[in-house]
Amino acid sequence: MLKILKYSFIDLARSRWTYVYLLFYLALGFVLLFLNNDLGKGIITIMNVIIILVPLISTIFGVMYYYNSAEFTELLLAMPINRPLIFIGQYLGVAISLSISLVLGLGIPFLIYGLSQSAAIWDFSLLLLIGSALSFIFTGLAFNLAMRNDHKIKGFSYAILLWLFLAVIYDGIFLMLLIVMEDYPLDVFALIATAVNPIDLSRILVLLKLDISALMGYTGAVFKSFAGTLPGMLVASGMLFLWTAIPILGIFRKSRRKDF
Amino acid sequence: MIAIKDLNKTFGKNQVLSNLNLEINEQGVFAILGPNGSGKSTLIKSLLGLCIPDSGEIQFKGESVLKKHHYRNNIQYLPQIAKFPGNLKVKELIAMIKDLRKGAIRYEEIIEKFALEESLNKKLHALSGGTRQKINLLLCFMFDGDLIILDEPTTGLDPKATVYLKQLIREEKDKGKTILITSHIMQFVEEISDELVYLLEGHIYFRGTPDSLKQKAETRDFEEAIASLTEQD
Repeated sequence: MLKILKYSFIDLARSRWTYVYLLFYLALGFVLLFLNNDLGKGIITIMNVIIILVPLISTIFGVMYYYNSAEFTELLLAMPINRPLIFIGQYLGVAISLSISLVLGLGIPFLIYGLSQSAAIWDFSLLLLIGSALSFIFTGLAFNLAMRNDHKIKGFSYAILLWLFLAVIYDGIFLMLLIVMEDYPLDVFALIATAVNPIDLSRILVLLKLDISALMGYTGAVFKSFAGTLPGMLVASGMLFLWTAIPILGIFRKSRRKDF
Repeated sequence: MIAIKDLNKTFGKNQVLSNLNLEINEQGVFAILGPNGSGKSTLIKSLLGLCIPDSGEIQFKGESVLKKHHYRNNIQYLPQIAKFPGNLKVKELIAMIKDLRKGAIRYEEIIEKFALEESLNKKLHALSGGTRQKINLLLCFMFDGDLIILDEPTTGLDPKATVYLKQLIREEKDKGKTILITSHIMQFVEEISDELVYLLEGHIYFRGTPDSLKQKAETRDFEEAIASLTEQD
């Protein structure tokens, strides 16, 4: 598997898009810090960008990579290599390279602006960690959708719809339900509904760490009162881990059954 | 060497292999023939583990191959369409394959015979179809396994390369290997194969030597004899 990871990685290191992604984060980091000139505020802005954009880019990248490497995959499948490892290797190649782009792209500008001497370093590290987790989750979801749809356009559409649903539509439905059902106790519902969406979960996790009650909203407050800051964060982290593990299991299962 | 029992495979509503039984224990060249859609590729892909059969059993050297992968160390496979990652150079691809699978022995000789030296530094997407097929053959024949599977090996090859391909096949046969070939070029099949396995509608319809087929069809023309197989019903 490590060899497949290596070759996927080499392949991506040659791809123009990896550098476009890296440059985008570099530019974003520098521009935000230039405008804000405050690391703490910069982190909040970046959180909003990361939570929406990282899933989108990971989804598109994951689907694109899977379809584009069809030839490479077929070549590997006829070799004495365990099937699931081929796909897990490719998946890790994409997810790790996306995470590296994110960490370098945002890390460099923040370091230059004196992050290491700032108290914000832990908040910032958590943010990058969550960004990386989101890269792993959404690349995994994208791989699952692409493996289940041989038709490229279909696979692409499902992946984009999934992102749209989790990033935008889900919150809308959630909010509407909260308003419609406001006469009932909603704590447990809100808690579960947040935990089921990795994007909401990431947002809560960062806000709990930053401890900004004003931005937490209802679900954040519920999370905090449910478990307090630290246990709340642990629960949320555990859920994020589950969200990473389930798509990987999906890749394992599908790769054992798929025909080529 | 190969034992296939009651193999079934459907794609959607389309039953491609139906209760196929095939046993090959001898050495030599076996041509797997049949009209388009008769299940040749599916049979080969099932043997390689690229397709997962619905039911049935496939054994290679006495062991079941289903859900296994180590047995592929002992198989040299030439895919029908030479598909490679386009942004790699030829020599990078060869290095990668050699890294992923140990035991490549005779690449230098094949590179020389196919006159591939000049292509080594080119990217794969810049190559012509014929050159790509030569690379495909190189990646297949540079290993050493007991079973060789060639899916349409002559596609796009010039006469000189075809002559060398036949030589390669004969050399491997003389080493005592079993070689499965599918091809639509009947002249090539007649020249190279010791035995024919004719597939029709997902099972084996005829098996025998080219001569016995010609006798059965009462013709001296091999292509006609093959064509008559489907017309008999």
